[in-house]
Amino acid sequence: MPRKTLAEFTVEFLQILDEDGNFDADLEPDLPPAELLRLYRGMVRARELDQRMLKLQRQGRIGTFGPCTGQEAPSAAAALAMQKDDWFVGAFRELSGRLLRGEPLTNPLYYYNGWEEGNVQPPEVGRRMLPLAVVVASQVPQAAGLGYAVKYRGEQSAVVCFLGDGATSEGDFHEGLNFAAVWQAPVVFVSQNNQWAISIPRAQQTRSRTLAQKGIAYEIPCLQVDGNDPLACYAAIKEGLDRARAGGGPTLIEAVTYRLLMHTTADDPRKYRDEAEEQEWWRKEPLLRFRKYLEAKRLWDEARENALRDEVRAEVDAAVATFEETAPWPPDRPFEHVFARSEPHLDQQRREFLAGLKEDADA
Amino acid sequence: MPKLTMVQAINLALQQEMAKDDRVLILGEDVGVDGGVFRVTEGLQDAFGPTRVLDTPLAESAILGTAIGMAVAGLRPVAEMQFSGFSYLMVHQWEGNATRMRSRTQGQHTCPLVVRMPYGGGVRALEHHSESREAVYAHIPGGKVVIPSGPRNARALLVAAIRDPDPVVFMEPKHSYRSFREEVPEAEEVMPIGQAQVVQPGSDLTVVAWGAMMRPLLKAVEQVGGETGASIEVIDLLTVSPLDSATICDSVRRTGRCVVVQEAPRSFGVASEIIARLNDEVLLYLEAPVKRLTGYDVVTPYFGREKAYIPPLPRIVRGLRETLAF
Ligand SMILES: Cc1ncc(C[n+]2csc(CCOP(=O)(O)OP(=O)(O)O)c2C)c(N)n1
Ligand SMILES: [Mg+2]
Repeated sequence: MPRKTLAEFTVEFLQILDEDGNFDADLEPDLPPAELLRLYRGMVRARELDQRMLKLQRQGRIGTFGPCTGQEAPSAAAALAMQKDDWFVGAFRELSGRLLRGEPLTNPLYYYNGWEEGNVQPPEVGRRMLPLAVVVASQVPQAAGLGYAVKYRGEQSAVVCFLGDGATSEGDFHEGLNFAAVWQAPVVFVSQNNQWAISIPRAQQTRSRTLAQKGIAYEIPCLQVDGNDPLACYAAIKEGLDRARAGGGPTLIEAVTYRLLMHTTADDPRKYRDEAEEQEWWRKEPLLRFRKYLEAKRLWDEARENALRDEVRAEVDAAVATFEETAPWPPDRPFEHVFARSEPHLDQQRREFLAGLKEDADA
Repeated sequence: MPKLTMVQAINLALQQEMAKDDRVLILGEDVGVDGGVFRVTEGLQDAFGPTRVLDTPLAESAILGTAIGMAVAGLRPVAEMQFSGFSYLMVHQWEGNATRMRSRTQGQHTCPLVVRMPYGGGVRALEHHSESREAVYAHIPGGKVVIPSGPRNARALLVAAIRDPDPVVFMEPKHSYRSFREEVPEAEEVMPIGQAQVVQPGSDLTVVAWGAMMRPLLKAVEQVGGETGASIEVIDLLTVSPLDSATICDSVRRTGRCVVVQEAPRSFGVASEIIARLNDEVLLYLEAPVKRLTGYDVVTPYFGREKAYIPPLPRIVRGLRETLAF
């Protein structure tokens, strides 16, 4: 008997705004000027904070961190497409999205200087946001669980979950995607394919031609987008969220972008990649092209750009000043929040710890 | 003899064992072109090629799982976990397979492999990068847990671990990776697994530690010894499991006093096990309660506070004085 074709698959790519500022008016999302400006401002705030943190790190004023420069578009677009009650689940390169969801500029400074306090969000922000996922891909099944929970409770809300390209190799990624699909959980998974997982290039991470197609195995609608094109990111995530809210289950989006800087400040990309490759991607970075787009829409000009940059830099200055005035916090806080209620052995260890600190100070 | 850091000494062990035995190969995240995030495997891919130094996809469970397959098929894989904090993704392969391949098959298959992983705090790292969880692995029967404290013993113990017929977790105190150098002979040197080392003899007090706690402990011993004139015997555990009770018990039988210093949280850990062994063997020789100087039973604090939580020198000094004066 002849073999039959049981299924055939395609993987689409979406770009609306290219690196030169050309855009497809038919595909342009319907965003009012105020929202477009909010998106740009959100990306600029992340870029300015990222760049300041690089300087602070070099000066020893904060610890190691993973810069997000060049990857501002996907998570900022998500924040714009999301509703207040949607869950934001990041990996660790979603600074722009977190800030747009309302995270204070001081939080990353506290966090990357070794203070748990940097994970504490204002209640309205933290209510529907998980802290960074440092354990790669661990957030993927968690997002499926969040999705199950909001569906179970009959909410109209959904979940957006970010991960990297390297993260798609972890078992947690596949397990989480499979669960989300089986449960038809309202989750939009966004893999920021920044071409590198530390020193491992995308092509060595997986033989798959796209990361998007990994959704096909789980019967999850998938799409590859230009991850440096904020409009394409917005349109794709919005479509995924609409599908999720309509009961259509999860979506997997591969956002093709680039990690313009080092993996973290402890990493040296010169060991494994050419500067020429980086230069090529600097031309495609999202802020440049979005500015061109805003200019074409007559929403932006040099004067507004300068004013925005000045304003944001002043805001970052103020955050750094607050950060440097605030820390350190009480030394014994790690004894709080271990459990809902403390335990006798912890109380005893805490007393011992504080007595020791006092003896050190007196000595 | 060249003076090497621990990173260089481990690199030397890997390089020499690979040159000697073509069954030995390395696999892990960023271990090849990048030479590892701590540069422990620097230059090895250039020397031995990408089929013997494998940059794997990002998946700890598969790194150990494939290493088990390689080991059963006769190779000697040395797998790297980028940080011990991410090794939990491989624990099911360790617990369910690596450590019991021998017993499940009654010796027909064995699993001679090494999993290297940097562990411990004190380097101002991000969360999940500073834990000290040797007890997790020590608790699992069928696997060995080795923790060197300096460049020279790191090199000699890693050679032994690679040649060991059973699976070994080799935990490297990252705080000691580059903080000091030691003379390490170019010629082969092997130290036996399962044997603690008396690094300084003494008769009034026994102190035991391992890994990164050895340096502050030795400082405290010098200080307290100078102050009190006490003669303090210092034991470097080197292998956490199987634990060398004999060396510790022989010492405490002579000194009657013992302090154990451990970076890890206090409860259910290696220090507790040492105390239990002393209880079994030398209880009637004790002149003071055995003291544990440890971390606390809290989630490892981020680095803004970590210094106070890893037993700091003054706390160790106070602990030694108290036990001597008891
Ligand atoms: C489970 C786990 N393994 C290893 C690491 C160490 N690590 C941190 S980030 C990273 C690479 C992640 O690559 P990718 O998913 O592409 O994200 P990117 O860093 O490029 O944003 C690795 C190996 C980790 N944090 N978690
Ligand atoms: Mg990546």
